[in-house]
This record gives sequence, structure tokens and C-alpha cells, in this order.
Amino acid sequence: MTRAFVTLDNIGKRWNGQLGVEGITLDIEEGEFVALLGPSGCGKSTTLRLLAGLEVPDEGQIIIDGTDVTGASAAKRNLSMVFQSYALFPHLSVAENVMFGMKVRRVPKKERLEKLHNALDITGLLGLEDRKPGELSGGQRQRVALARAIVAGQKLCLMDEPLSNLDAKLRAAVRKDIKKLQNDLGITIVYVTHDQTEAMSMADKVVLMKDGVIQQTGTPEQLYSEPATTFVAEFVGAPPMALIEGRALKGFKDDQTIGVRAERMQLVQAGQGRLACTVTDCEFLGAETFIGLEHPSANGLTVKLDGKAEMTIGSGVEITFADQDLHVFGPDGRRVQPENIPTVLEEE
Amino acid sequence: MSELAKLERRRRAIYGWLLLSPAAILLSLFAFYPSIATLWESMFSRGTRRHPAAFIGGENYNDLFADPTFWIVVKNNLFYAGITVPLSMFIALSMALWANSKIPAKGFVRTAYFTPTVLPMIAAANLWLFFYTPGLGVLDQIGALFGLPSVNWLGQPETALWAIIIVTVWKESGFFMIFYLAALQTIPVDLREASDLEGASRWTYTRRIVLPMLMPMTLFIGVNAMINSVKLIDHLFILTKGGPSDASKLILYYIWEQAFAFFDSPHAAALTMLVLLVLGVVAAIQFFYIDRRTHYQ
Repeated sequence: MTRAFVTLDNIGKRWNGQLGVEGITLDIEEGEFVALLGPSGCGKSTTLRLLAGLEVPDEGQIIIDGTDVTGASAAKRNLSMVFQSYALFPHLSVAENVMFGMKVRRVPKKERLEKLHNALDITGLLGLEDRKPGELSGGQRQRVALARAIVAGQKLCLMDEPLSNLDAKLRAAVRKDIKKLQNDLGITIVYVTHDQTEAMSMADKVVLMKDGVIQQTGTPEQLYSEPATTFVAEFVGAPPMALIEGRALKGFKDDQTIGVRAERMQLVQAGQGRLACTVTDCEFLGAETFIGLEHPSANGLTVKLDGKAEMTIGSGVEITFADQDLHVFGPDGRRVQPENIPTVLEEE
Repeated sequence: MSELAKLERRRRAIYGWLLLSPAAILLSLFAFYPSIATLWESMFSRGTRRHPAAFIGGENYNDLFADPTFWIVVKNNLFYAGITVPLSMFIALSMALWANSKIPAKGFVRTAYFTPTVLPMIAAANLWLFFYTPGLGVLDQIGALFGLPSVNWLGQPETALWAIIIVTVWKESGFFMIFYLAALQTIPVDLREASDLEGASRWTYTRRIVLPMLMPMTLFIGVNAMINSVKLIDHLFILTKGGPSDASKLILYYIWEQAFAFFDSPHAAALTMLVLLVLGVVAAIQFFYIDRRTHYQ
């Protein structure tokens, strides 16, 4: 096995006995885009700060580019970071903000100005050199923060929810810009977000965390099509996976939970379905409509229909789904491998 | 313009004046009117039973400029301000930077620094009187341990003003530290972390980020320190009474002397006008010139 570019080995960090993160083990390849995903308070930002050297882990080891940096200061780790607040220096102009690090490192003036021009060109900020951060829009500030990370010229860039202060439209645009930037510069990005759409659309590898522990690491497809736990199933995808108690379906144990995606469910005629539900809402999105359904022993049941569909709220419908589209979770919420599924097909 | 808009406009104007009036009335009564009355009085001669006060124009001012004591007091006050303002600001900033970092017993350190400010001026002056007393005082006792001769800190012209300066710095820097501390706490931690990541040293971070961001507060403290340096009087009553031979006499004490010891209110009024003029010019320079080069968030 080749050595990974960044390795986190069994990292733990606690505050006054309270859990921060526990047993974080993660390998990141060079040039990879890794998203740390999870709800607020799950420890994703802590993980990033540990990686950046802004916090010191209580246990475990951090290796970046073959060097053990567990106890090294942030400056010695050869990485750049984009903060959620952008952390721009409010009294310095755009140019001075971007060149701050180069001045500190005593980069010659000519090279400094070249790199500045280059970074501002990439981020589309040319002409704004003399503005103060207070005179820029949110999107522009965000790009200044990006430019500052670019001129640092580091192979590893950490981003802490860089898009959370932008409006939805801008967010989609900057998402593309960041992805393109990563491709063009060939850098490794570790990206913290609570937005699963961001993680799924940008990352090569998604690390889903909850309560300071990694729930699942994998490609976006893996997380979507093979969620390791019911938490992953409910967190990933829009709409998330519907979870049905085992006893509501024939052929499953009572303590199992069955998951099924919205696009795998069909509405069928009365008497032919596997589950009888009530319509609770219709969400029309243009190309498709999501029908929200209610069943006493199921959670988050949604059916995806193409185009515009009209359903009467409160009316009863029946749904069905194929067995190969089902995800089975054991009593502990963990995914049960298909071969462990009781002989569903035979019983049918 | 429609009737409704006119009405709304008038209503806003009335609101504006109503909101302004409390401050306007108080200021007129206790600041503007007294200033003008002082200016008026400074242009009259001192009234006695035989010679009632008469208008003499700038005569009182001429007297002052011809008075050697006046120039000693001006020189003293300039020296006093020139030392206390920068020194107490520098100490305040250093203490604030220290008390703002991660140190043990942070609360205690902050309280300790602030204690001199809480003490009433007179009490503090008495405390220092005890420190300075020749023979008995703490300073002399410590000096005696090392075999140094007894010094009458307050009683000799060479050291009297310095003794006053030290008391002022001791008292002011804790007060200004609280201001600096408050300003320091508005600087987001992110900025520190961002500059750490760039490899900036602590000193670079302080010089390039913290100090510029503290500029508005520095300006504010500077103006206040300057005004305070003219306002000092209580310490003098306790410590030196302006002596020996006017060595520690400051402008406000001199005004008080003119007005209430010599009952020469026209000259006191003229002195007051000069002080107002100088302070006004200083404030104008600070607000209009330095302000423009200062970053406000």
C-alpha cells in the first residue's frame, strides 16, 4: 500500500472531559477533494482544526506529506486555510490581505506582485486591489479568502464551511469555482460542510461524522447507495432515505429497519402495494414532484414522480418497491450485508 | 410633495429636535453658557470697592504672558503631559496585551491592574504620600535596605514633578488598560489563527494586525489622556500644593489658586480661556487629521 498524503491515525480530542472527537482515522490521497460532513457539533470543524494545527490532539498521530506534524505549529504544516468568517484583516486592502503571508515569509517584491496578480486573475478580483474588505460584497470577500489561500502555494488547503455565508445562487457558482480551482492547481482540499449537497457534488471522498465519530467514509456514490448506518441513510440524499420498521413489511425481523430511496418507490393501485400510506404534502420542483407520505411505522416516506403530479392531501395511496432496492439495517442501526438478509425473495 | 409626505417630514423634524433637546439644554446651561461667560469676564478688570470692574480687552492676557509663573506652569504641564500621556498609554497597552493572552488567574490580574482606578483620587494621593515620605516612607525604607540615603521626593524641585508623574501613570494606565482590553476582545480569534497559518510571528501579528486595529481606541485614549493631563488637581492638593517653588504646579491648580486663593477671577478666567483654546486645537487635530488615517470597523 502506498503511503497516503495525509494520515490521521486514531485522533482524539476532549474538552474538560466532554467529547470533541474520538478515534478519527483517515487517509487522504494527494489531489483528493475530501469533504468532512455532518450536523453541527459533530466534530468536523474540530477535526479540521486539529489537522490545521490550531488545536493539539489528546491522542493519535497526524502525518502530512510523510512528516509527523502532530505537535507542530500551524505555520510548519505547509497548508493554507479558508475560514468560515474568511478572517480577512479589515484594515488592510485586498492586495495587502492577499500578500500578507508572502510579506511575512519575505518573498521578493517582484514575485509577490506577480503571484498577487495571478491569484486575483484566477478569482476575478482584478481592479479591486485597493478596496478594504468592508467595501466588498460577501462573494468578493469569499474570493479574497480564496486568493489568499492560492498565493500561499501550499499543496494542502483546508476550508471551513467557506460557502455558508453566501446566498444560494452564489453558493452554486462558487462551488464550481472551487472545484475548478482544485483541478487546475492540483491541490488537495479538505472541506468542512454541513450541507450534504455540497459534499456530494464536490468531493471525491466524503467523511460523514456524528457525535465526534466517523460514521462512514467513502465516495459520494457509496454513501448514497450503501449507507453504513441509518444515520448516514437519513443524512445523505435529498430527500433522505425513508426508513420503515421491519415489522411493517413481510419477511423482515421486527428489530430490523428497512431503508428505501424516493426514486425506488412506485405508487400502485389499491391492493397491490406493500405499504398503505396517507399523502401529507406535494412538493413541485419543476422536473419532478416529491409526494410526502405518512405511515405509522415509517419515517420520511417520499415518492418521486416525474413532472407535475397532483395528489389530494389526506388521500390514501399504496406504494411498492423491489427487494433489491431495499437497504436493511440491524437493531444497532448498522447495515446488514445482503447475504445476511433473511430469504426475502423465497418467501415472496 | 403630497400633504402626507410633508406631514411625515415635519413629524420627523419634531422628533429630531425633541431627541436633541435634553443634551442641548444641559450642555448650553453647564458648558456653553459658562464658557461664554468666562470669555466675557476675562476681558474685565478685577473689581474692587473703589474701582468697579471695567472692560479692558486683552489686558488680562497680556498680564499672563508677562507673568514668569505662568510660563513655568505651562512648561510644567507640557512636560507632565509629554511624559504621562505616552507612558501611561504604552503601559496600558502592554498590560492589556498581556492580560488578554492565555495566562493563569486572568481575572485576578485584570482586577489588580484596575484597582488604582477604583481608588478615590484623594485616597490614592494619601497612599503615595506615605510612599514618598522621607525616612518613614516605603521608598526610603527600601532604599535604606541597600544603604541609599533618604530622599525627600516631594520636597525638592528636581523630583517633585516626577513624583506626581509617577502617581498619575500608576493611576491612569490601569484605567486605559480596560479600554484596550475591551478593544482587544473585539478582534476575532480567526485573524490570529489566519496569521499563524501564514507563519507570522507574534510580534508581526501584533504590529501589523493588532496595533492598527486598536488605532480608534488609541485615538480615543489619547484624547482622554491629554484632557486628563490638564485636569489634574486633586493629587497636588495632597502631595505638593504645586511646590516647592512652583516646581510641580500645573495649570488647573494655578487657575484654582488665582480664583480662590488670590480671588483674582478675571485672570483665572483668562487662563481658563487659554486652556480651552489649546484643548480645542488638540482635539481638532486628533479628530480631523488622525481620524482620517484610522481604520474603523
